[in-house]
Amino acid sequence: MSTVTDTPTPDSGGLAADTAVAPTRKAGARKLPIALGVLTALLAGILLRSAHSGDTTFQLAAESDFVTLPDIVVPSGPTAWVMVVVCLALTAEAVRRMLAHVRQPGWIPIVFAIAWMTGFLSWAAADGRIRLVSLLGGAVALAIPLVFGALGGVLGERAGVVNIAIEGQLLLGAFAAAITASTTGSPWAGLVAAAVAGALVALVLGLFAITYFVDQVIVGVVLNVLVVGLTNFMFRQVLTPNAESLNSPERLRAFPIPVLGDIPLIGPILFRQTPLVYVLYAVVAIVAYALYRTRWGLRVRAVGEHPKAADTVGIKVNRTRYRTILLAGAIAGLGGAYFSLVSVAGFNREMTGGAGYIALAAVIFGKWDPIRATLAALLFGFATNLQGVLSAIGSPVPSQFMLMLPYLVTILAVAGLVGRSRPPAADGVPYRQQ
Amino acid sequence: MTDTEKPQSDKPAPDVDPHDARAERSRSLLREIASGDALAGVLAVLLAIFVGSVMIAAIDEGVRETAGYLTARPSDFFTAVWEAISGAYSAMFRGAIFNYNLTEPAQQWRPLTETLKFAGPLILGGLGVGLAFRASLFNIGGRGQMLVAGGAAGWVGFQVDLPMVVHLPLAVLVGMAAGALWGGLAGLLKARTGAHEVIVTIMLNYVGYYLLFWALTKEWLLKTPGSVNPKSPPMKDSAVLPDVLGERFNLHFGFVLALLAVGVAWWLLNRSTLGYRIRAVGENPHAARASGINVGRTYTVVMMIAGSLLGLAGVNQVLGTVPSGVSLDLDAGIGFDAITVALLGRSRPLGILAAGLLFGAFKAGGFTMQTSENISVDLVLVVQSLIVLFLAAPPLVRAIFRLPAQEAK
Repeated sequence: MSTVTDTPTPDSGGLAADTAVAPTRKAGARKLPIALGVLTALLAGILLRSAHSGDTTFQLAAESDFVTLPDIVVPSGPTAWVMVVVCLALTAEAVRRMLAHVRQPGWIPIVFAIAWMTGFLSWAAADGRIRLVSLLGGAVALAIPLVFGALGGVLGERAGVVNIAIEGQLLLGAFAAAITASTTGSPWAGLVAAAVAGALVALVLGLFAITYFVDQVIVGVVLNVLVVGLTNFMFRQVLTPNAESLNSPERLRAFPIPVLGDIPLIGPILFRQTPLVYVLYAVVAIVAYALYRTRWGLRVRAVGEHPKAADTVGIKVNRTRYRTILLAGAIAGLGGAYFSLVSVAGFNREMTGGAGYIALAAVIFGKWDPIRATLAALLFGFATNLQGVLSAIGSPVPSQFMLMLPYLVTILAVAGLVGRSRPPAADGVPYRQQ
Repeated sequence: MTDTEKPQSDKPAPDVDPHDARAERSRSLLREIASGDALAGVLAVLLAIFVGSVMIAAIDEGVRETAGYLTARPSDFFTAVWEAISGAYSAMFRGAIFNYNLTEPAQQWRPLTETLKFAGPLILGGLGVGLAFRASLFNIGGRGQMLVAGGAAGWVGFQVDLPMVVHLPLAVLVGMAAGALWGGLAGLLKARTGAHEVIVTIMLNYVGYYLLFWALTKEWLLKTPGSVNPKSPPMKDSAVLPDVLGERFNLHFGFVLALLAVGVAWWLLNRSTLGYRIRAVGENPHAARASGINVGRTYTVVMMIAGSLLGLAGVNQVLGTVPSGVSLDLDAGIGFDAITVALLGRSRPLGILAAGLLFGAFKAGGFTMQTSENISVDLVLVVQSLIVLFLAAPPLVRAIFRLPAQEAK
């Protein structure tokens, strides 16, 4: 049974596509036009099947804006059909570029997504009101733990350590944040504790994966189970009997940034959030900059792509990996604080509910790049929030299918239908010094 | 590790005195025991149980009270620790094997049947994960495969009216087919596109969850008419797995299915051509492909079998353990427990049988421990995952116990 306890070979370790079966031909060019065409047909199909009449109101203003933007009222049916036409035009452009063998620019899918979503929303919310601020602002809030988790995942995997334990880091982070914030009375101390807890999980991951060469996916999965068991145990035995003193933290409140928060539309969405979100902006920027523009980032990537080469030029491979995953664990742990300090006040059993796995999905969908992974996490947060908004206005799409979306998109992504994802070359492969 | 990879230090050296050779042999035998996997395995279990004991003692009120005056009267402290730990483990024993507090023999042995009841789905799930491991595939999709299979079997179980001889096998087979479909999807995607099965199976867990959730809101699928709870009506009697030892015990036919599955899996892996292909692909997919094995098809087939085994575990829950209706928590964590069972059982059918029985006993005993000693059953989860962690890193266990290192092979 060589697969479980022995050293993983480059084939068995990590999350790379299997080279023994993966097709080598390039099948990229046709994917975008096909995807756009299918989506356009889908929207048109929805409109044809159940036409909605009436007006849809898009509310742009929040309650206390400095400059109040007017509501945009549009007729539902015609607007949706106009958007179908826009989508068709974009699809045609993509087909033209495919036939002419010209590269597909990035703006086509973005404009397409906005047009498609506008058409869909104006159909779904006929005779209703879409509050853009709460739709997008809520998406940012819901995406907090996903972005933190995804950044932690990206960092670890760029250094060559697969981190399935993001879920465990989030959960232990939430747990530590609740206890520390309750005992010290300061949610800020809770944030620090969350980061330490995440790093602790990473330390155990490193001990087994880096020092003892255990298959990293297995360690990650087992660590998740261990953290669930530990926190459930402590919750029942210690937190519940002493809920007053140990599990009643003060919530992090929304803190509007003076000038930025007054910008119409953008301000209420991005700058009237909790301080954890501002920490998030900083972390995203720092990680993205450091990974590509600093000596440290170069070393991390070298260790993840070709550890032997890195070793030859004097980089301490395993030490670099340890440091990177500790940092990554701290970042993921911070995300855990969202659950027990922002979303609700206090810890509860298994309160992360699989967010760590969505974060992992964002890592892969974001192609192991910090900015793309952040955008993927935001997209998943948007899908979750959209589901809530749609079920509130009574949408005909079953909410379960909306909630399924991030997972389906990820499956399509790893299957190469939405651009092929390629992990760092030495991802998941332990390094033994010769 | 394969059997052939055991340390080969017991070859007698040539041209030596026979006495020396014998002494040498016994010394090396000792060394082999001390450095072998078996001892590391036992120590891993002991270490995990020790950590569990520390947790039990740490949350015990008597222990915390006496710790306050530890230096004044240490004997009180150690008595309290002993009482907390022995109380917990004897409760586990009473819940898992033999309840000596009762007088009637049938009732005394009832806990053992509970252990077997819990072990059934763990063994089935462990086989599903372990079989995939043998092909070097990591099937984390147990939860999704169980949910989809449970939903499908449940649909047949209460929507269809048939005599039992047809109804029960049909429900079981439909469930297994649904599990095979869900598992096979991951295998097929890997075979066709190279998509990593870990990602696909994790994502399919959630897709399966929401699919079942949706099915529980539709009356033509699984919804109970007039109810708002996401739960289906109870199974018809003709689709429920019969009790093995009569109505006094909860042990149902699912455990027999698990035993059968162990036999089938053993035969499949060790005696069939397909099993040979599975192991060949697991050892080295490139070499397997070079020798004419269709690697992609093997991936798909092995994941279908794995999915059908986990599906059987889900069927076991819906038609056996909880026949009161399909719900979203029908998997009861077994999909993930199955991973630890497969790892502890080293992916061999008989090892998985033993590991499933052990973890089944942990589960049965854990619930008794929770009710009688007020210690959360989640402790079992901690001990279980620690066992697997320690087991996965024998060098760590050796370092903790200061055992000699395993010789280089």
